[in-house]
Amino acid sequence: MAAPGPAPRRVEKAEPSDRGAHEKVIDVRGLNKSFGALHAVKDFGIVVERGRICGFLGPNGAGKTTTLRMLFGLLRPDSGEGTVLGFDVLKDSREIKRRVGYMTQRFSLYEDLSIEQNLTFTARVHELDRRRERVQAALDGLGLTARRAQLAGTLSGGWKQRLALAAATLHGPELLLLDEPTAGVDPEARRTFWDEIHGLAARGMTVLVSTHYMDEAERCHEIAYIAGGRTLARGTADEVIDASGLVTFHAEGPGADRLARELRGTPGVEMAAPFGTVLHVSGRDRAALEAAIAPYRKSPLVWSETRPTLEDVFIQLIHDREAAKAKAEAA
Amino acid sequence: MISLTRTWAVMAKEFVQLTRDRLTYAMILAMPIVQLLLFGYAINDDPRNLPTAVLVQDQGGFSRSVLTALDNSGYFEVTRVARSTAELDRALERGEAQFAVIIPADFTRRVVRGEGAQILVEADASDPSATSGAVAALLQLPQQALARELAGPLATRASGPPPFEVVVHRRYNPEAITAYNIVPGLLGVILSMTLVMMTSLGMARERERGTMESLLATPVLPIEVMVGKLTPYVLVGLVQAVLILVLARVLFAAPMSGGWLALGAGLMLFIVGSLALGFLISTLAKTQLQAMQMSVFYMLPSILLSGFMFPFRGMPDWAQWLGLAIPVTHVLRVVRGSVLKGVGLENAGPSLLALLLFVLVVGTLAMLRYRTTLD
Repeated sequence: MAAPGPAPRRVEKAEPSDRGAHEKVIDVRGLNKSFGALHAVKDFGIVVERGRICGFLGPNGAGKTTTLRMLFGLLRPDSGEGTVLGFDVLKDSREIKRRVGYMTQRFSLYEDLSIEQNLTFTARVHELDRRRERVQAALDGLGLTARRAQLAGTLSGGWKQRLALAAATLHGPELLLLDEPTAGVDPEARRTFWDEIHGLAARGMTVLVSTHYMDEAERCHEIAYIAGGRTLARGTADEVIDASGLVTFHAEGPGADRLARELRGTPGVEMAAPFGTVLHVSGRDRAALEAAIAPYRKSPLVWSETRPTLEDVFIQLIHDREAAKAKAEAA
Repeated sequence: MISLTRTWAVMAKEFVQLTRDRLTYAMILAMPIVQLLLFGYAINDDPRNLPTAVLVQDQGGFSRSVLTALDNSGYFEVTRVARSTAELDRALERGEAQFAVIIPADFTRRVVRGEGAQILVEADASDPSATSGAVAALLQLPQQALARELAGPLATRASGPPPFEVVVHRRYNPEAITAYNIVPGLLGVILSMTLVMMTSLGMARERERGTMESLLATPVLPIEVMVGKLTPYVLVGLVQAVLILVLARVLFAAPMSGGWLALGAGLMLFIVGSLALGFLISTLAKTQLQAMQMSVFYMLPSILLSGFMFPFRGMPDWAQWLGLAIPVTHVLRVVRGSVLKGVGLENAGPSLLALLLFVLVVGTLAMLRYRTTLD
């Protein structure tokens, strides 16, 4: 079925200098999506340049999956504008699908087909040339050549994800959208998976990956933190941490972790959370924070100031949001 | 020990889940009500007012009385007055008439003279159950038809042996072998059972297993998905059809009278139509269970209103109209026509057209329902 009218064209760039290293692979503004009464994504906008790995973080139900699906054309935005790979995000979803790899949150290859059959199917629906060669290369890359006839459903979680990644990148996409690709995968498999993602980015692929893992967020070139359908923070991990204006203290020593309960709610302490036996206490007002912890700054606890982690920042962001919401409701 | 609390826990959970699936819930209530009303009123295994074509060659007055008596029996309704035996034959062959009655030229004269008058009734016995009641009624006909005429000078005729004889020819299935009728019907029912069900589960399974999302993530077009998904089942359907026909020939010695082109076209359209329907169901159903229920909901009328189990002409008009919307009705006619009557494309035309219409309408609906997004 031929699409009516002229074939979709990439929107011409105003400045030729945009191409190359600083080319905007994703450039969208004001995306909105509602499901019934739920406004899942609000005025979402993001710019991602070629070759970058952009981490998508946020609590469950933040709208990460919905956003990825909209960028890919699996969901039609209610409103908004912009381009993905130069194609109109609202109109050219078929063109976008051809050039973007998408890996679903849930394993979505055919469990009752073999590894090789799944890859062959993917190669065929993308009408790839040199199909055998590409499938063979993917099998070799995965190290699954010997197990090519094994049913995909019998693979372990880590292998399933690697196979899904191989399938999503088989057609050589310029942009890869990964929806929580490593959920429920053991640490070693996660590491292998991320090495592959970095390998792909090094070869010029742009990657947008949603995750809940902070260590993964730190492996991204840049991150976007989303909650309640809005982008709350954006930039490299360092930029996000700097922008938060947080001051964080560590307390180590016997019973440190149990202090969290007492410190919470104290003026100046915006967040107190135990990490194992270590306590993290954060706040934006240094003086107030130091005053708050002063009574506890004694032996046997050892206090030290430390750089806030992404996790500290994110918890802070959620608290801010909840406080703002509570204030709005009270008003 | 069996714990009541634990049993109750399972029971309560099950009840909640039962009501969670709205369609299942609706089916539990709708199924008995709809089916009971539908089939309670529709089914009648002693059909009356069967369409009858007559050819009256006799100029005498008695033939009119015979026709009136046929009409009065309640089983026959003269729908066509033919001018030639060829016309009668065609009416039977096309299934426009269930019976063809010929009153020969010398009928009245022979009755009057007591020379062994006869009328000939040809019955389309391809469905024996549709004609058996009417044929039984014919036995009474000679005694009653001319009771009034045989008075006065002819009174002696009335008391003696019957004034005329009814010769019944059962066409197409002279020995009234039920299998001949069942086999073509079974073909339609089995094909729709496997094909509608298998395909209706198809998309629902993709959705349940989550593979739908990655299928939609590819550039594949709706029509490509539909053709790709259905073609393997066309083969399944053809294999089944050939198997059933071969078995019908080998085991039951079904006549296989010819009309192969009509048979092939009818089966192909029917297979494609059933698959398109399955595909449509699967775009409506959210789960495999729902798809299954909808298929069953479709199967019952296919068995009961198509003329497979009960004579089509025995049903009231509204049920016949309903039956006409079901593809099994038409494939049944095509297959019976071909296996028992050997009718060609021309006579199977209306049924083939109906099947084609079904394919087009259902196929279009299925395409319109298919979504390339997850909205």
